[in-house]
Amino acid sequence: MYRIVQKQILNPTVTRMEIEAPLVAKKAEPGQFIILRVDEAGERIPLTIADYDREKGTVAIIFQIVGATTEQLNHKNEGEFIQDFVGPLGVATHTEGLKKVCIVGGGVGCAIALPIAKKLHKEGCKVTSVIGFRSKDLLILEDEFRAASEKLYVMTDDGSYGRKGNVCVPLEEMFAAGETFDEVIAIGPLIMMKFVVAAVKPTGIPCVVSMNPIMIDGTGMCGGCRLTLHRNGEKITKFACVDGPDFNGYEVDFDEAMSRGAMYRDFERHAYEETCNLLRKEEN
Amino acid sequence: MTKPNMSLKKNPMPSQEPEVRAHNFEEVALGYSEETALDEALRCLNCKNMPCVSGCPVNIHIPEFIEKIKEGDFEGAYHIISKTSSLPAVCGRVCPQETQCESKCVRGIKGEPVGIGRLERFVADWHNAHSGDVPETEPANGHRVAIVGSGPAGLTCAGDLAKKGYQVTVFEALHTAGGVLVYGIPEFRLPKAIVQKEVDTLSAMGVDVETNIVIGKTLTIDELFEQGYEAVFVGSGAGLPNFMGIPGESYKGVYSANEFLTRSNLMKAYRDDPVTPIMKGGKVAVVGGGNVAMDAARTALRLGAEKVYIVYRRSLEELPARREEVEHAMEEGIEFKLLNNPVEILGYENPADKRDPKNGFVTGMKCIRMELGEPDEKGRRRPVPIPGSEFTLDVDTVVIAIGTSPNPLIKSTTRGLEVNRKGGIVVEEATGATSRTGVYAGGDAVTGAATVISAMGAGKAAAAAMDAYIKGKEA
Repeated sequence: MYRIVQKQILNPTVTRMEIEAPLVAKKAEPGQFIILRVDEAGERIPLTIADYDREKGTVAIIFQIVGATTEQLNHKNEGEFIQDFVGPLGVATHTEGLKKVCIVGGGVGCAIALPIAKKLHKEGCKVTSVIGFRSKDLLILEDEFRAASEKLYVMTDDGSYGRKGNVCVPLEEMFAAGETFDEVIAIGPLIMMKFVVAAVKPTGIPCVVSMNPIMIDGTGMCGGCRLTLHRNGEKITKFACVDGPDFNGYEVDFDEAMSRGAMYRDFERHAYEETCNLLRKEEN
Repeated sequence: MTKPNMSLKKNPMPSQEPEVRAHNFEEVALGYSEETALDEALRCLNCKNMPCVSGCPVNIHIPEFIEKIKEGDFEGAYHIISKTSSLPAVCGRVCPQETQCESKCVRGIKGEPVGIGRLERFVADWHNAHSGDVPETEPANGHRVAIVGSGPAGLTCAGDLAKKGYQVTVFEALHTAGGVLVYGIPEFRLPKAIVQKEVDTLSAMGVDVETNIVIGKTLTIDELFEQGYEAVFVGSGAGLPNFMGIPGESYKGVYSANEFLTRSNLMKAYRDDPVTPIMKGGKVAVVGGGNVAMDAARTALRLGAEKVYIVYRRSLEELPARREEVEHAMEEGIEFKLLNNPVEILGYENPADKRDPKNGFVTGMKCIRMELGEPDEKGRRRPVPIPGSEFTLDVDTVVIAIGTSPNPLIKSTTRGLEVNRKGGIVVEEATGATSRTGVYAGGDAVTGAATVISAMGAGKAAAAAMDAYIKGKEA
């Protein structure tokens, strides 16, 4: 059992939790993920590591309430326990030798992008961050990004905060003005990453994306997280849990990943409704 | 002495009727009664040279335990088995006895061999139902050993070392101990309560089982040595599933057998109220001919499939699965499409409507008929496609059960650990010793996908070698 040391509501749909898991905290690096089960009957879900404190022995996760399991997790409070918490899994984001990087975060993907921005910033790399949200209500981690970046662009789809538009707008402006980077790292919804890759491509700047497919064991056993890379005209199958989660954005087959991600959509929607009803009953 | 039973046939195994069991996840084979076990035991001639023992990867003293059954001393029989096997209730159920102990039985020369596997299972189940005795362990010797993985290889190694007085810690990556016995082999063939019982027995012997720890990630093998473990056994099991490399394998509804079985077994997707989803019903094709393929096919059937096919490129004779599983699968109505090879998986694509929810789901599998040609280097006749014989199998789900490659996590984080071209850990066969001093390995992590009992044999050999290694350091 793993204790919830701290819980913080970041916005109506996004929660941050610090979990006591000393072994995971000792090894965690930005870009890696954990797998958790809320209770004994729960499903295994992967969540990317948002932060870690090696001394306190805690690992932070930030999650959006999108389904039954995240709803259940959100119902847990400080001092309570979750059943299983295993990691750190996957390969850490490569930061070595990078001098100037643009980090693009979308929605809850910003939670994953932040530790990478912080690490790069700490290593003396010049970080430009572009973070985007649907609207002001959903904004998270603005101050933290500001502290880790030389330049920060905040975008909202509806213009309710920062600039109106998606994350590609400032990217394209920067490129048009001749700005260049060693690498662009994009983390967010698949559709956002697909568009960022398309926006970066004409510049030839390397573009890394963080994939978060459906997973079960997370240790390279089940193969459910497989995705296709297109490299030199060949299709290559990779496993996000052990080969990723970071991949070369130019190679990732986003359309296939989006299709596979929606495999259980009906089941998930149903399970979410059931869970909400159940939790509501418990509260009444 | 009682007269031997000279019947040419084994006592049949009482089983659930095929039409009943095809719709439930309860155990298929129900086990011998005391009377049947006695009757079957009497078929054993107690041969002096014990040919059966040479066929057992863990050298169970077979005639000796059968003698005890004849005497009606079932607990005594259990003690004889448990001297050499840590998982009798498991082996009695999943070992391919027909190619091991029973293949050497003299009764099999004329008639059927003694039902050794069935007797082993009877003894283990009798013990589990009647006795809570824990196998004896030698006094603690103060040495610590680490076992990576709690599958059959790891549990066997742990059990043998615990008996010798070692302080044993088993590290398991998943949330439940048991490895493939829990995530892979289905409930109807190996009830999870039985695996749990075996794990509980090890715990009662003082073995510490730590779940949620991925060696190679959470901790490395070097760190285990730093923490004071004197030897490490790696039984991390099968790794990434193999795919065929044909078009369409990314369509929704294509599973590796590992994923399909893990969803159903470990995550309990077979229940009515699962939290982990799985595709149920429809028409299912399982590609492959091993035990895993049989398990996947029979699981699909029980999940409510209207039709299940096994698609295998060779003929019935070459099917590598345990004979009893093949027979059970056939009885349950699974259709064997032998001498057929998939060439493409077909999926639904509606170019006019990208948002059509059916887009990307499997609609069929194109196969080609095969014939057996010249023998290959192993002497197995090579399957060759018959030109122009392609046809489409109408299916909604495809499960690919063509094996796995070893897990990459340990080799990539352990210095000086030699692996072969396929990624399997290189070991000295008799001892399981790897290229790293103090590190031993066995099971699928070494061989790629193989059987439970061969993994147990490897765990056992390694336990003996680790004991000799640690005691040798002291001397």
